[in-house]
Amino acid sequence: MNELIFFFNNVIVSGAVLGCVYALGAVGITLIFGILRFAHFAHGDMMTMGGFITFVLAGLVTAAGIAFPLPTGFVVLPVAMVLAALIALGLDKAFYAPLRLRGAKPVTLLIASIGVTLMIQGLIRLIFGTGTYTFFAEEPKRLIRIDTEWLGATRPIAMTEPHVLLFIVTLVSVVALHYFLTRSRLGKAMRAMADNPDLAQVSGINTQLVVRVTWLIAGSLACAAGTMLALDVTLKPDLAFNIVLPIFAAAIVGGLGHAYGAIAGGFLLGFAETLSVFNWTVLLRPISGIFPEWVSLPGNLSIVPTEYKLSVAFVILVITLLVRPTGIFKGASS
Amino acid sequence: MALLSLEKVVGGYGGAPILNGVDIAIERSDIGVIVGPNGAGKSTTLKAIFGLLKVTGGAILFEGEEIANSLPDKLVPRGLSFVPQEKNVFTSLSVEENLEMGAFTRRDDFRPTRDWVYSMFPVLAEKRRQAAGELSGGQRQMVAMGRALMSQPKLLMLDEPSAGLSPRYVIEIFEQIVKVNAEGVGILMVEQNARQALAFATRGFVLAGGQNRFTGTGPELIADPEVAKSFLGG
Repeated sequence: MNELIFFFNNVIVSGAVLGCVYALGAVGITLIFGILRFAHFAHGDMMTMGGFITFVLAGLVTAAGIAFPLPTGFVVLPVAMVLAALIALGLDKAFYAPLRLRGAKPVTLLIASIGVTLMIQGLIRLIFGTGTYTFFAEEPKRLIRIDTEWLGATRPIAMTEPHVLLFIVTLVSVVALHYFLTRSRLGKAMRAMADNPDLAQVSGINTQLVVRVTWLIAGSLACAAGTMLALDVTLKPDLAFNIVLPIFAAAIVGGLGHAYGAIAGGFLLGFAETLSVFNWTVLLRPISGIFPEWVSLPGNLSIVPTEYKLSVAFVILVITLLVRPTGIFKGASS
Repeated sequence: MALLSLEKVVGGYGGAPILNGVDIAIERSDIGVIVGPNGAGKSTTLKAIFGLLKVTGGAILFEGEEIANSLPDKLVPRGLSFVPQEKNVFTSLSVEENLEMGAFTRRDDFRPTRDWVYSMFPVLAEKRRQAAGELSGGQRQMVAMGRALMSQPKLLMLDEPSAGLSPRYVIEIFEQIVKVNAEGVGILMVEQNARQALAFATRGFVLAGGQNRFTGTGPELIADPEVAKSFLGG
């Protein structure tokens, strides 16, 4: 039983954590692609920036001597999300909107977003240096243990408080996004514009408004993802830049332009990564009796070594593109 | 005063103009049909009215006011609607959501209009929850017309509504257009099935080379031996 608990803690919990972060990031990328038809490379850095915005706000709140029963970074997250959404809107106004107005090609916008990436990372390093920060310098990072004696195990199911909060944030975001896209007038207009931009214009849909709403949603979700990732690990200037490629892979695997696809793709890649680096010997050892004698279990039986964890996303991406080029859900073609 | 009038309209996509002085006048009670050979500027005329290309000369008046080079989000609330020839439904949205998008510019309760559209196209009410992309060509054309009617237009413009439809559906779509007109919506459409469309047109415009060649009621144009010989295939 302990082995199963170990599996749960190391694969299911870790996979879900990774999946949540990927999903929150990939949704933004896929929405921006659906509406504006370009790959927003700077999305990872919008996540990192969101993490730093939250960090500053949390620092201010802590300095004011206010304490909460929950991590301060989580409590100030809604405010940070609003700020990040406004900054996303500002980035569009300053860098992408002028290009769109001149009828720039998607590849031009992609290059511009690489510029924005460098700019955001540079600004963060200018202000905060290249060091690592933690949200838990002043307060403890609580561990949540669920006793498993009733399962006949001695090892507890364990996850940190940020993990649980990340699950909640993701669930709330996904449900809210679902209702927004299927019930609200603007959400439906967003889907309409992703489906057929020319017809959306002909119908009199205010496409400028839809673009603004897209940035607000993508920016706030990026901030949530970056903050929750930083709460789980630590905050550093290249926090999310390192995972922007798997996040893109998640969006593509799910079908670009398809919000639910991005969520599914995010979790698929998250679980795939943890499953592939898991040492299966742990699970097989208790049942080693059923193997013939000449089979001896190796010490480490993982599908790929831990260092190659990130490559799993790309293997799945390549397979998806070969088997189902439009993604799991039928997405918009580039 | 005509509902819509074009006076010597010149325009194109930049470069040489495609329209070289088009004149059109439509009342709310009219069914106007624009016919002519390929490249005559028929579809271009509709796009020029709807602000989808640059008008460089002449005047486009809607209810007496100049609307040339206005964008659709300004034109739709004024009572002008446009059904493009191709890709005229949101394929991944349900029939009902398609209709709702047609009412995007309205802030009032559009449900009575939706029920009115359903009463005109009962098959759409049956398939209201289905994705528009799953419907047949004829049904899609109804979704497209329904979407355009949701803004309660005074004038509905259709670009080749019968394109790609089987003969049975062509007749059905034409019947629907006459029905919509009877409900008090002016019609201006471009048609390849010229003879069939002119038969019920109260105003016909024969364009060639971006200019009017002949203007008259539909039956007049059909009866004109010159029009018949040059533009209606004898």
